[in-house]
Amino acid sequence: MAEEGQQHPLKIYWIMWIALFVLSGMSYATDFMNDGALRTLLIMLFMFLKAGGIVLIFMHMGWERFALKIAILGPPVALLVLIWLMSLEGTYIEDTRTEYYGESTFEPQEPVHH
Amino acid sequence: MSELVEDWSQDKQVFGVPWGKAMMWIFLLSDTFIFSCFLVGYMSVRIATTDPWPNPSEVFALDAFGYPVPLLLIAIMTFILITSSGTMALAVNMGYRKDRNKTFWLMVATAVLGASFVGMQAFEWSKLIAEGVRPWENPFGAAQFGSSFFMITGFHGMHVSAGVIYLLVIAFRVKNGFYEKRGGNYEIVEITGLYWHFVDLVWVFIFAFFYLW
Repeated sequence: MAEEGQQHPLKIYWIMWIALFVLSGMSYATDFMNDGALRTLLIMLFMFLKAGGIVLIFMHMGWERFALKIAILGPPVALLVLIWLMSLEGTYIEDTRTEYYGESTFEPQEPVHH
Repeated sequence: MSELVEDWSQDKQVFGVPWGKAMMWIFLLSDTFIFSCFLVGYMSVRIATTDPWPNPSEVFALDAFGYPVPLLLIAIMTFILITSSGTMALAVNMGYRKDRNKTFWLMVATAVLGASFVGMQAFEWSKLIAEGVRPWENPFGAAQFGSSFFMITGFHGMHVSAGVIYLLVIAFRVKNGFYEKRGGNYEIVEITGLYWHFVDLVWVFIFAFFYLW
């Protein structure tokens, strides 16, 4: 496998390429939806489908040996702990700020368009 | 699972890939953590601020066809980066077929698309700076918006710029026969491709978390 390198039929790349275009279009379309759980779910879904396609097909990770897959894709799982802790911390800081400084008095301007 | 145990326990190279490819993957793993730290930092300041968060679909809207289209330039940039990922994937394939001419032109096309991405990003930055967005304040909402924006897109743009240079160096080496003198092995095109696809991969997450969320 290593000596021959990653040689695959061109068709796979064309299909993946088209899929990425469609998924990007769908992910852009979520911007026109109303905010809510469904929109968040769709943003995440299209994001993971695109990321998975790029890593598994374009970066050939799907065809690598399990030892390499686990060595590269395993460690990022630890990030879930960081995300969890930082979201707890963020919520705590927001509560503390509201308690000691009060509600925000910021008055945002409307963005200008060119 | 038994494949994993055998790969680690036998007296041979564990990953069964050229060392350059293994090292590129390990570099990309470390880069994953850097980008993750930026994105998690952004999440944490966005949660912690009591000021309203600016609405990205309004901030990044551009006037087209007579009315503001949300995230127009960002969507175009996304499609450009995906197109460049496609040309890169084809370049890798042509490299393994030892078609030096096609590999060269596909890599040059990838670099040109990457450079146009950076150009559009420069336009986006100038527009926001002209509107008063700074890393420490902006007129549309929480100050943390500016710091996250410049930090995350700036670091990503720097990766794209470095990638354009990397692509051009390798493309010209493919063209001038540099690798023919080294046994005609074009694995390097795949390694360069790994870096380029990673830059696209990071953009997928930035697009979802920063621009859409």
